[in-house]
Amino acid sequence: MSLLTVENLRVTFDTETGPVQAVRGVSFSLGRERLGIVGESGSGKTMTGRSVLRLIRPPGRIEADRMEFDGQDLMRIPETGMRALRGRRIAMVMQDPKFSLNPVMRVGEQLTEGLRRRDRLGRAEAVRKALAALEAVQIRDPERVMQAYPHELSGGMGQRVMIAMMLIPEPDLLIADEPTSALDVTVQAEVLQILDTLVRDRGMGLIFVSHDLRLVARFCDRVLVMYRGRIVEELPARELMAARHPYTRGLLNCLPRIGGARGPLPVLDRSGDWADD
Amino acid sequence: MTTSSPNATVQRSLSLLRGLAGAMITLAITLLGLLLVTFVIGRVVPIDPVLSIVGERATAEQYEATRIALGLDKPLWQQFAMYVAAAAQGDLGTSIRTGAPVAEEIARYFPATLELATLGTLIGVLTGVPAGVLAATRPGSLADQIVRLIGLMGYSMPVFWLGLIGLLVFYGQLGWVGGPGRLDPVHQMTLDFSLTQYTGTILIDTALNGAWDVFANALSHIVLPAGILGYVSMAYISRMTRSFMMNELGQEYITTARVKGMPEWRVIWVHAMRNVMVPLITVIALSYAYLLEGSVLTETIFAWPGLGSYITDALFTADMPAVLGGTVVVGVVFVTLNMLSDILYRLVDPRART
Repeated sequence: MSLLTVENLRVTFDTETGPVQAVRGVSFSLGRERLGIVGESGSGKTMTGRSVLRLIRPPGRIEADRMEFDGQDLMRIPETGMRALRGRRIAMVMQDPKFSLNPVMRVGEQLTEGLRRRDRLGRAEAVRKALAALEAVQIRDPERVMQAYPHELSGGMGQRVMIAMMLIPEPDLLIADEPTSALDVTVQAEVLQILDTLVRDRGMGLIFVSHDLRLVARFCDRVLVMYRGRIVEELPARELMAARHPYTRGLLNCLPRIGGARGPLPVLDRSGDWADD
Repeated sequence: MTTSSPNATVQRSLSLLRGLAGAMITLAITLLGLLLVTFVIGRVVPIDPVLSIVGERATAEQYEATRIALGLDKPLWQQFAMYVAAAAQGDLGTSIRTGAPVAEEIARYFPATLELATLGTLIGVLTGVPAGVLAATRPGSLADQIVRLIGLMGYSMPVFWLGLIGLLVFYGQLGWVGGPGRLDPVHQMTLDFSLTQYTGTILIDTALNGAWDVFANALSHIVLPAGILGYVSMAYISRMTRSFMMNELGQEYITTARVKGMPEWRVIWVHAMRNVMVPLITVIALSYAYLLEGSVLTETIFAWPGLGSYITDALFTADMPAVLGGTVVVGVVFVTLNMLSDILYRLVDPRART
């Protein structure tokens, strides 16, 4: 049975000039596997990820024919039921720890908050679990990090804290929204490695949102290619580099290659009508 | 937490202390500058301080003797040094109008302003912050419209008009509140003759004495002017809270808190509010300082014997030592509040500590 099933998902923003559809009928399903969603900026990949958590801020609206997580209809359960799913069963790692961690709360407080408020654990127990989670993301001096404020951490450390925080309740599904885009290249590999190991070991489902095709090809099992709010191609990750769809090919052609021809990179050809109604 | 290394704690307190010392030095320099300004004004205004004491029919000898007694024969820098030294010891000169030391008079008038301004600010914060949060969490809703309309009215209606209408309706017509002044005369006598005055603020003094009938009377007198000042400060605070809160609610860490499954009240009042507090402290301090400077119009309409009326009366009688003394006190209040908000700011925002 699949963990997540999405059918005909639409995200609409009501603006003063009329409704704007950011996601226009996306369908996919996900087991305990790693699904990549790629596409250029504004293709709707982030909105698709956030829709699963029902965290689209007004004036955005989510509609879908079906959106089921582990047998529960995500479109129907009340907000309280949704809160119980968030954190405990579905978690999300966001792009930049500089913005995704609360700047005036100590890391320790943010790490233990979920355990204490949501899971009603005692303080000592929560601290113990948080320290273990920090060790699991290879932070060497977890005691010091617990005491620190987010601005005292480097980007790589911050993102590892974020991953630790989201994996503490051992969710079934993790949405990683460009988790390494804000990091230095050297740190990216480390953070990805950690994420990969944890997801693999715990056997959770992963939605990996990224604009980095090579990363997705290496890191995921299956890839959805999105363009203007639609899925234009779905294929196994190892075949991504050999994709046939003109849009995907276009994206691939725009990647610079070491040792490849110099000169300007080709411009993405958007003339196709792949995403039109 | 138990695992805190003593070193880090020491370092944090050290940096806090350093900040405090820096603030004290800034405070001293600012106050010195303030004294310089009032000193220069005192020398520039076309009011002869000697003449205003000895009167127009004094002899040249009397005039000269007073001039020397005031130290006006000395060089300017010496006069300034004497002025600063006296001010540092709490001597702000002698009022020409009453012949009493200015510092003593202000000590009598200031508590009335302090009481009014504090209550007004309290009302402004306790209503303005929740109203601003309510509006920010439901932008465009009816609640938001109402909060903004009430705020706009508080912004645009002159305070003296509000005061007059308030007196007319709640005192004159309905009789719900006490009239002008801080107390009814009979209770004023009780206060003056049979109660110990610890602070000069009537509400606290009567409560300490357990004189609840006087307390109730004082409350009925202060509630209208404090309510009006509170309304004005609420208009400002709610508007600022709304915009700060909307800004914070758009931040990514708010999404993080929601992803963690935190209930909405916690997202707003803990995660966002702690960040809103940072700029809000400055707003509240400024609004408090504004009320403490003596809201001249309100004090005049409610015959409130506070700093605002004191300085106004002194101005109308060209009592320069009183005017300048009052100015110095207002300056000290302003600078002190600024320093306090600076310290609070450091406590609330860890990024400001380093």
